[in-house]
Amino acid sequence: MDYQKILADYVEMPGGLIEAFHAIQAELSYLPEEAIIQAAQVFGIPAAQAYGVATFYSMFSVKPRGKFVIRICESAPCHIAGAAKVVAALEKELGINMGGSTPDGLFTLEFTECVGQCQAAPVITINGKPYTDVSPEKISGILEPYRKNI
Amino acid sequence: MPNITIDGIKVAVPEGSTILQAAQEAGVNIPTLCHHPDQSVKANCRICVCEVAGSNLLQAACSQPATEGMNVKTRSPKVLEARKTILELILANHPQDCLNCLRNENCELQSLAAEYCIRDNPFELKVRGLGKDLSTPALFRDPDKCVLCRRCIEACSVIQTVNALGIEYRGQKAMVVPTLGKNLIDSPCIMCGQCIHACPVGAIGEIEEIDELLAAIADPETVVVTQIAPAVRLALGEEVGMPTGDLPMDVLVAGLRQIGFDHVLHTNFTADLTIMEEGHELLKRLKEGGKLPMFTSCSPGWTSFCETFFPDLLDNLSTCKSPQQMFGALVKTYWADKMNIPASKIFSVSIMPCTAKKYEASRPEMQSSGFRDVDLVLTTREIGRLFRMSGLDFEKLAPADFSPWMSKYTGAGVIFGASGGVMEAALRTVYEVVTGETLADVNFTAVRGFEGIKEATVNLKGTEVKVAIAHGLGNARKVMEQVRAGESPYHFIEIMACPGGCIGGGGQPITKTNKKRLERIQAVYEEDQACAVRKSHLNTEVQELYKDFLHEPLGHKSHELLHTHYQAKDKKFL
Amino acid sequence: MAEEMRLVLRNLGKIDPLKIDDYLAAGGFNSLKKALGMNKSDLIQEIKDSKLRGRGGAGFNCGSKWNFAAQAQADQKYVICNADEGEPGTYKDRLILENDPHALLEGMAICAHAIGASQGFIYCRGEYPAAAEILKEAIAQAKDKGVLGDFDVEVRLGAGAYVCGEETALIESIEGKPGEPRIKPPFPPVSGLWGKPTIVNNVETFVNIPLILEKGAAWYAAIGSPSYPGTKVLTLSGDVVHKTFFEVPTTTTVREVIYGLGGGLTAGKQLKAVQIGGTSGAFIPADQLDTAIGFDELSAIGAVLGSGAVFVLNESRDLADVTARIAKFFAHESCGKCTPCREGTARMSDILDKINNGQGKAADLALLSRLGRVMSCSSFCGLGQAAPSPLMSALKHFPADYEARLN
Repeated sequence: MDYQKILADYVEMPGGLIEAFHAIQAELSYLPEEAIIQAAQVFGIPAAQAYGVATFYSMFSVKPRGKFVIRICESAPCHIAGAAKVVAALEKELGINMGGSTPDGLFTLEFTECVGQCQAAPVITINGKPYTDVSPEKISGILEPYRKNI
Repeated sequence: MPNITIDGIKVAVPEGSTILQAAQEAGVNIPTLCHHPDQSVKANCRICVCEVAGSNLLQAACSQPATEGMNVKTRSPKVLEARKTILELILANHPQDCLNCLRNENCELQSLAAEYCIRDNPFELKVRGLGKDLSTPALFRDPDKCVLCRRCIEACSVIQTVNALGIEYRGQKAMVVPTLGKNLIDSPCIMCGQCIHACPVGAIGEIEEIDELLAAIADPETVVVTQIAPAVRLALGEEVGMPTGDLPMDVLVAGLRQIGFDHVLHTNFTADLTIMEEGHELLKRLKEGGKLPMFTSCSPGWTSFCETFFPDLLDNLSTCKSPQQMFGALVKTYWADKMNIPASKIFSVSIMPCTAKKYEASRPEMQSSGFRDVDLVLTTREIGRLFRMSGLDFEKLAPADFSPWMSKYTGAGVIFGASGGVMEAALRTVYEVVTGETLADVNFTAVRGFEGIKEATVNLKGTEVKVAIAHGLGNARKVMEQVRAGESPYHFIEIMACPGGCIGGGGQPITKTNKKRLERIQAVYEEDQACAVRKSHLNTEVQELYKDFLHEPLGHKSHELLHTHYQAKDKKFL
Repeated sequence: MAEEMRLVLRNLGKIDPLKIDDYLAAGGFNSLKKALGMNKSDLIQEIKDSKLRGRGGAGFNCGSKWNFAAQAQADQKYVICNADEGEPGTYKDRLILENDPHALLEGMAICAHAIGASQGFIYCRGEYPAAAEILKEAIAQAKDKGVLGDFDVEVRLGAGAYVCGEETALIESIEGKPGEPRIKPPFPPVSGLWGKPTIVNNVETFVNIPLILEKGAAWYAAIGSPSYPGTKVLTLSGDVVHKTFFEVPTTTTVREVIYGLGGGLTAGKQLKAVQIGGTSGAFIPADQLDTAIGFDELSAIGAVLGSGAVFVLNESRDLADVTARIAKFFAHESCGKCTPCREGTARMSDILDKINNGQGKAADLALLSRLGRVMSCSSFCGLGQAAPSPLMSALKHFPADYEARLN
């Protein structure tokens, strides 16, 4: 992966590190160590600081993740609407636990806090796209297009 | 001048003062933990919270400005409940092993816990269980003990600009970690140990090697020889309850002999020798058009910093080994011969104000004698512990003498301990060597003091030599950037990694403020003043060394034993 | 019977957010034109006179805040829109961003003129990528049309940190750093982004601005509660029939919102509690439902208006379970800078888990109360100060939920 090419778009942007990290994650789903090191160099900050940014924000991951990151909201409105059942159904469907990734590198399961779709809880997002009123029964249908889109 | 009332006491304080400063003015003690008098205000521990009339929120005394008419209560029930609860929260994940801790009885958290009578902590004890980082030969980190005050980060990144430490993650997962969450050895850490002074608890410390010393002493076959660095004596007294500078040298020697050292020698001797070598190296570079400015190389934290951050300027570093390593190379060659002791039986110990010296002694090239030149480096703090362990009463101890051949020193060697000292010592010698005249006044006061970067110009009978002195690596970086840019006007630059020089070294008694560093600097110059001889080239033992063994500065033997080379450090994560 | 009053959501459903011409046809950017023709101090006075208070939660007088920045001397000043809407149960800013982005740009441009700024940032939470795209398109169109004059505005995406809703943490994040709050003072209007005077206002606040200029301060000040005039966009969630949004004058009562507009509770159940203002808000019991959705009215009963989220719980809900989940939220979102919040949020969560597991003792409830008291008065920023509020209110009004679990 040519990080320099991605980073080049943000060099002139003051404080653009977070935007640059988003751009790298859009390609790789996570922030490899080398990407953090190169970003630190490009933005002229110590690697220790860039790593601090990479680990502070919950949408960034310094560990490899699947191509599609499924995030399940567990904030209070989703919690009382049955988020736990959705979690159990997703874990069963994908055969992994929360925080884990499928062996084929396709999916990762993560918790998230509120994604602002509380009109129709429970909610999950897949690579940022929200799915509302999710129930265990709807899971396989939601995943279907992602499974095909390898 | 805002007028404020603290616990009923009225004080007028300068504009811009905080409640904490006003309280000090009023004689009211407010507890602190993340606060450090020489660092920026952090206000993150919240131990210093106080009640300010008109606000339901408690205010952090360290950050809240004192404003006109403010009425502050520092010991109301609400304040005490908050402080106590905050302490309990910190202690609830802090290992309860004060008895085994390096900082036992010298720990800010322990003191606070005692002051606030923390007994049965209602919060369940949950130690993080991260374990120690023992990856470097000089420093350990024990993140389980970290209280997240971030003083170490500021010492490392702002004062030293090394940036080996940062915060990872957030919330209760937030931790102080070396770069990229790696071990310290993989970070840019140069082992200066300034983080140790900054740490209020035992989360960072020196790798303690007291047992290694005791084992060597216990072995009847081994001849245990020690050198003592210039900055040690005046601070060591602090460890045994004496005012800075008050421990006499001959009593210190007696104490070391009591501990079991067979021979006590002095690094000041090789400090004088360093001046001979480094002074001549400078003259040679000046004469032959060598790389300039030349940088001093006594401070291993600094040379590591140069190898890490300025690998392009390694040729500017003096090739002279540090006095510790010159000593190590000579003690197993020259001195062993003089004393008729087989080098293989010598266990060479050095007592240093420095943590980086532990690393320096372990460098593979430091074996010029055919053995490891310095077998063990103990910090001032470790020797302090040994003294306390030994139960010695320094008031009653009969003075003792050094062993011969490598213990004589001049005032020039003594001042190596303070920032500007190497420069001043060099100037005293270089001036007389070049001009052939005796200096009217040996005191080069322009190079002394705590100013971050000092400079001076010395006229060597027509040749103007411009010198600069930087202490603390943040200051060093500024000087170095100038060199890198080709804009440095200097011929000779002294750099010490630690603020104040070796007196503020990472191995010194825990130094909570720069005020203490200033006291030690004062003691250094008093000792110099009291020396009969104050120029390195007049050290008779050094003269003898050249006559009998080295023959001439920068000669063949010198190159073999006293000079070294540097290597760019392959540190990927800067 | 309560009725909606759509001021902030005036264009929702009426214009295509991706067509600036729609906005212009609806009278858009006329207020900016008017503002640009006004003396800056008159402009700020107009905002002050409207008594508009910030919709982000702190409720500071908007015009007064602008005045600090206007008075500050600096070569550069900034206007920032806080679109880091993170309070669970809240999505009113998303509605505005996705449906009326130009109204936001217009409000920001008016502010920029008032304080003398030429650069703006919209800090949009990372969970709203669609909204961010709409904003970028709207900015491109506005630039094309030249309607913003010399005011430049840029979208910056957050990356999952509730604490960035705190204005100084948000500023840190725009600077590309971890979102940790700064020591105040100095406050952002004096020293904010890159140390320059900066106004940070919420989306909803900015969107009110063009309307105030169009219809006049007096008109605005007469709407709703005199101490917090105007409307509030509310988002209803939980056990309520109409889980949707409403915009109402700030004199509307909680009861009217839930039983009038909200259609009452689902499955004919009784109300146990309602949490207003987001997950950091207090739980309000049934006997306080006649309180108005006004800033001071809610403060008076120990609750907050906050983000305007209305989270309804029916009689079958267990507050010990709900507040344990909320405690996890705060433990997850604490930035970790200060001790009371970093350790306190995690301990609060642990103790609640212990109680829910049947391991709790009466002493644990007392400890929770003490911990909550200490966090609320000694934490560094609003996050840690507000975090105990739901639990403290639940312990006060619904102690039986906790006592039933004790061992």
